[in-house]
Amino acid sequence: MITRFLWQGMDRNLRLFVLLILAVGISLPLANLILAATNPAHVPSWVLQLVGKYLCYALLALAVDLVWGFCGILSLGHGAFFALGGYCMGMYLMRQIGSRGVYGNPILPDFMVFLNYKELPWFWHGFNHFWFAAIMVVLVPSVLAFALGWFAFRSRVTGVYLSIITQAMTFALMLAFFRNDMGLGGNNGLTDFKDILGYSVQADGTRAALFFASSVALALGLIISAAVVGSRFGKALTAVRDAESRMRFLGYRVEGFKLFVFVLSAAMAGVAGALYVPQIGIINPGEFAPGNSIEAVLWVAVGGRGTLIGPIIGAVLVNFGKTWLTGALPEVWLFALGALFIVVTLLLPKGIVGLWGQMKSRSQSRKARAPA
Amino acid sequence: MQSLRPFSVLLSVVASLALAGAALAADLATLVGNLTSGGLSEREAAITALAASGEERAAPILEALAAGQLYVRTSDKVAVIGKADGNRLALVDAISGSPAGNAVEADLERVRVNNRLRGTIEAAVGSLTLMSPNAKVRLSAAESLFKRRDPAALPALDQALAAEKDPRIKRAMTEARAAVVLATADAPAAQKLAAIGVLRDRADRDSLGVLNAAASAASDAEVKAAALAAAGSIEQTLAAWQMAQNVWYGISLGSVLLLAAIGLAITFGTMGVINMAHGEMVMLGAYTTFVVQEVIRTSAPHLFDVSLAIALPLAFVVSGAIGILIERTIIRFLYGRPLDTLLATWGLSLVLQQAVRSIFGSSNREVGAPSWMSGAFQLGQLNITYGRLWIVVFSLVVFAALILILRKTPLGLYMRAVTQNRPMASAVGIRTPRVDALTFGLGSGIAGLAGVALSQIDNVSPNLGQGYIIDSFMVVVFGGVGNLFGTLIGALTLGVVNKFLEPYAGAVLGKILVLVFIIMFIQRRPRGLFALKGRSVE
Repeated sequence: MITRFLWQGMDRNLRLFVLLILAVGISLPLANLILAATNPAHVPSWVLQLVGKYLCYALLALAVDLVWGFCGILSLGHGAFFALGGYCMGMYLMRQIGSRGVYGNPILPDFMVFLNYKELPWFWHGFNHFWFAAIMVVLVPSVLAFALGWFAFRSRVTGVYLSIITQAMTFALMLAFFRNDMGLGGNNGLTDFKDILGYSVQADGTRAALFFASSVALALGLIISAAVVGSRFGKALTAVRDAESRMRFLGYRVEGFKLFVFVLSAAMAGVAGALYVPQIGIINPGEFAPGNSIEAVLWVAVGGRGTLIGPIIGAVLVNFGKTWLTGALPEVWLFALGALFIVVTLLLPKGIVGLWGQMKSRSQSRKARAPA
Repeated sequence: MQSLRPFSVLLSVVASLALAGAALAADLATLVGNLTSGGLSEREAAITALAASGEERAAPILEALAAGQLYVRTSDKVAVIGKADGNRLALVDAISGSPAGNAVEADLERVRVNNRLRGTIEAAVGSLTLMSPNAKVRLSAAESLFKRRDPAALPALDQALAAEKDPRIKRAMTEARAAVVLATADAPAAQKLAAIGVLRDRADRDSLGVLNAAASAASDAEVKAAALAAAGSIEQTLAAWQMAQNVWYGISLGSVLLLAAIGLAITFGTMGVINMAHGEMVMLGAYTTFVVQEVIRTSAPHLFDVSLAIALPLAFVVSGAIGILIERTIIRFLYGRPLDTLLATWGLSLVLQQAVRSIFGSSNREVGAPSWMSGAFQLGQLNITYGRLWIVVFSLVVFAALILILRKTPLGLYMRAVTQNRPMASAVGIRTPRVDALTFGLGSGIAGLAGVALSQIDNVSPNLGQGYIIDSFMVVVFGGVGNLFGTLIGALTLGVVNKFLEPYAGAVLGKILVLVFIIMFIQRRPRGLFALKGRSVE
């Protein structure tokens, strides 16, 4: 029944898009595993890894869009939620290494042996179980978002002030995670993973499964977002975005709306990070850099804020451009990225999806005019 | 101390010999003659006699002797001091101190010393320098004696003290004497108590060490108690100085924050424009300084000391002009859309960084400090470097100038008018777009000035600005948006708080705590420390 409710919450385009994501999620891994390397339709493993990364970024972009596009909260700290989810997954993967590390310690990861830890810090306990890590992936970013949102929204910190606070938060976390005393690998982060759920993270089969999991997560994220946005709750959310004071005067508890969507979005970002880490094979404090969070905002802006499909298209396109440019013309990349920020905000406030809509309505109005 | 006792007994014998020798008052030539002729045992007596003479040349001669540089020229039996100069030795007449040509080592006979004599010489030079006519030498001798605390030097010290006229040196000698007395196990208790009083007044880390040693070695209960009490009082004094030092570091850091944030206080505070490229304006100022110094180095090296003075107006113009350009081409289309402004200016900051990286390379560029900015001086127990002092002064001057511009010039009047009520300002004939551009240019230009100052203490690299942008926003938001005095107080407060946290939490954790503190603070007072009141806020 719930599935039917969710399914009916979406319009036709969105349903097609969900199916497209799932189709990619199934066909690419199959083309990698089954087809021979000589076959022109064969998908090499590195492409699978790359596209898998894009899918995780797309989920992050969707999370940013949920708060920014639909509720008007410009978070410059979603990279922190993404990285926290990644660290939770990384901790699980570190514990799975067991005695295969360089120092061969069955309990302590290599960097702890190196730093003369005598026993596991308290917050590492439990991460040897996958279910525990999976809960933490959602819980840790959610709790942080709840704590920050609870105070910020209640004291009516809005607009750029909130953006600056969230940026300060991710900056503070970056500094904290760079510390060796933090017990999370310092500036090297967590890496050198071996197994996930008993399967080698290097194996093609595992990669294919992770890719599929990412596409499912993205599709689920899209369905949930669509359900939230399409509901009465979502209408109120949009109203908060457009006229917060008026909503408050009408008697709505604005803080509650904002808090819910902020926490949901943080949880989605955490899941994205958790899927990102085993595919990339490393998580380090650099993921907390404020620039990363702002880049995620750019993906949304490019694709089209306030639409559900836009951020996914934006994330994939921008990151594809990044992969291509940093390989072909490394000096040009930052110019291109910077110019993209400026061009999109000045000329394309509704992003690519908005542009598509504009062109369609223009051609329709032309058609409507034509007979006359 | 115990193991040194035989040695100190020996030294005290030597010192008393020195005093006896002073009565002989033989002239320098005879003394040096005694030194260079005769066997090792006569040489020892000659050393003490020479030291006791109080002659000005005695110290260099004895030092040369200890270093094996005292020779007798074979041809005329004149004592000379020889220093290696290529293959030959440059000679100085030992008695007169005037140059005496040069020679190869074969033409000279070295006056030999052994280790025992070296010890004698060292002690002799120590007491000799206490009597030196050169005030600087006497002072350093007293200070070194304070550190050595050699009981054998006590008679020489008493003699020097009686003869000393300079009050500063006299104090140093009194303190050295007190330290020596405390280190002498069998000194009378009354003397020790007096010495403790002297050291308590000196109140620094060294005297604390002496007092602690004295307290643990003291057999007399009264002396022990007095030493402990004095050590306690010194510890308090030191803690106060330490606090003052922290405040100074904090003010120093605060002035850097103020410089970085003050331009932002204009663009963000009064115009409401979120300029994420503000840090890059600072960076451009720093690179302007670099270019100015490069030009000066290649074409007019004598101007190097005024390079910063030349760089200041240039940096203001460069950053200000780019600021105006940015305002005219990008920001003016985004008024009323603060979040979009934020993203566009972030993009701009990436472009500017990459542009600078393409032109100047990504490595750090060296910006030199002019001579008047290097060095340090001591204020009480505070160690203050000139560079930091100038930056504090400079930031306050910039702040004062900005206040004057805002309050006393027509541009300032227009700026305030446009900030407070744009439509009305426009209605009375103020060209608001022009004022916007100039305001943004002013804020950016001040960032350029900050860059000149920061080039002195930070690495001049394309990433220079990024390190300051978050801090600057924190300062402006903390101090209260639209309030320049809030920015001043915010910057100094954050600087001092940061430096006080550092000893307890470490530099990084301290910074994290400050960030967390500000995040909490904004929750309590979303409009900052000194919020503007009234309808213009919403």
